[in-house]
Amino acid sequence: MAKAVGPSARTRPGPLKPAVFSLSLLPLAWLVWRIAGNDLGPDPVQELATATGEWTLRFLLITLSLTPLRQLSGRIEFVRVRRMVGLFALFYACLHFFIWMSLLLAFRWSAIGEELLERPYISVGFVSLLILIALGATSPKAMVRRMGRNWKRLHRLVYPAAILGVVHLTWILRTDVGEAALYGAILAILLGHRLWRHLTR
Amino acid sequence: MLIKKPADIQPSEITPESVYRRRREFMRDGAMLAAGAMLSPLAAPVALAQQGDALKAAAPAGLTRTPPAPWWEGKFEHVQPAPSEEPFYTNESLTPYEDVTRYNNFYEFGMDKSDPHNRSGEFRTEPWSVEISGEVGKPGTYHLEDILKPHDLEERVYRLRCVEAWSMVIPWIGFPLADLIKRFEPTSRARYVEFETAIQRDAMPGVRSRFSIIDWPYREGLRIDEAMNELAFLAVGLYGSYLPAQNGAPIRLVVPWKYGFKSIKSIVRMNFRETQPNTSWNDLQPNEYGFYANVNPAVHHPRWRQDTERRLPQTLFSRQVIPTRLFNGYGEQVAHLYKDLDLARHY
Repeated sequence: MAKAVGPSARTRPGPLKPAVFSLSLLPLAWLVWRIAGNDLGPDPVQELATATGEWTLRFLLITLSLTPLRQLSGRIEFVRVRRMVGLFALFYACLHFFIWMSLLLAFRWSAIGEELLERPYISVGFVSLLILIALGATSPKAMVRRMGRNWKRLHRLVYPAAILGVVHLTWILRTDVGEAALYGAILAILLGHRLWRHLTR
Repeated sequence: MLIKKPADIQPSEITPESVYRRRREFMRDGAMLAAGAMLSPLAAPVALAQQGDALKAAAPAGLTRTPPAPWWEGKFEHVQPAPSEEPFYTNESLTPYEDVTRYNNFYEFGMDKSDPHNRSGEFRTEPWSVEISGEVGKPGTYHLEDILKPHDLEERVYRLRCVEAWSMVIPWIGFPLADLIKRFEPTSRARYVEFETAIQRDAMPGVRSRFSIIDWPYREGLRIDEAMNELAFLAVGLYGSYLPAQNGAPIRLVVPWKYGFKSIKSIVRMNFRETQPNTSWNDLQPNEYGFYANVNPAVHHPRWRQDTERRLPQTLFSRQVIPTRLFNGYGEQVAHLYKDLDLARHY
């Protein structure tokens, strides 16, 4: 009986996914709204780059919090939206990268290459993006089945991706590190929870 | 009895914050304008500028700033307009007043560019004194009125290049730093000038922040020959009016051939010394911020490319990205200061 309920419950269409999908688009909608209203301040490019970067990090942290939330609450719904939220982290990361390449560096390829290699904070951000792309590319169900145990191994790379994301942010801050400390603390709790479970199991 | 419940307020009926804030500013400015009209000396500086006297730039119509103290009014009555040629003037488009006063780095008030405008309301600029110390003939702590007394104010339109790769064009009001330094008779051992920004803990949220990694007070410094250069300027106003707190009221340095962080704000101390002073950013990250911090497109900062700059304000659809020039275009005036210096090593 339980066997029969499992898969059908998992595939049952409900309001959850559309709701999370819509919510995840809100930051983008807000940015588009501000672009339309010319409300991004005197340095709009920098503002867009900063905002999309911050949302990438927030979505990564939300993604990483879903498994612990499932374990603590016992509610399966959290894990059901995990892939979608993770893909939104990738989505905002791509926006962030594209804004940097197009608006900040105007597709000057030699400058882009130099930046990737010579600014360490950009290098770590780029590595984080590459990881997210790899995870995104292997996220369809068919890939999960095909890769078997390797899928899980590969997707553990989300931890270094998040750590590099926080490093990337910390490195660009000029002084007051409060924001980075907050993200870093949340990440430490999320990773610490996993470590604790692993050690006490 | 049936008591009719009033309809809930629709979200669409609520005035957005930005609108009511603008309305408040409008009302406040209007009230100040009215007050200014009654007390005509108060409004004099702005009125003067608006009447199209030869100042290159006036504060926006309708904006009247109250002087920090009554004695300031006289100072702004006769301001020498900027000449019409470089280096004390540039015909590049001015950055509008709103952007000059709302997009600032002044970390004592917070990290965000809007913090200095939004969070500096408690900052006090009166009374204000400046301590002159070290290798000078006339050390002492002087009230700002006495510091300014012998100096006639003049206007200068300078480019400002931030190390973060954005730039502005700003009409300052002030006087040459050299004129002030001469008055205090530096000795032959005065090879550097060290500057210090005020600390008002209660009025400066950034100073109170536990996460700030700057060791306050903010400090900057110049070699004495840099300080005596004709471009080095002490500003007490912009756009024909008094400096707002976020721009470094009541008195700040402007050294346009260096990155913006050298142009220290809200100065309370000038110390003349024989050895190179420690400076805040250099202390914090010596591999990123040098003592000299001359604008140089060939020497990249570890975080920011320096070969181009975003001239503000920009919109997404009209973005002015221009090549950055060595010494921010002021090479003719300052290049000789560094002829024996390896600019890549002494960035």
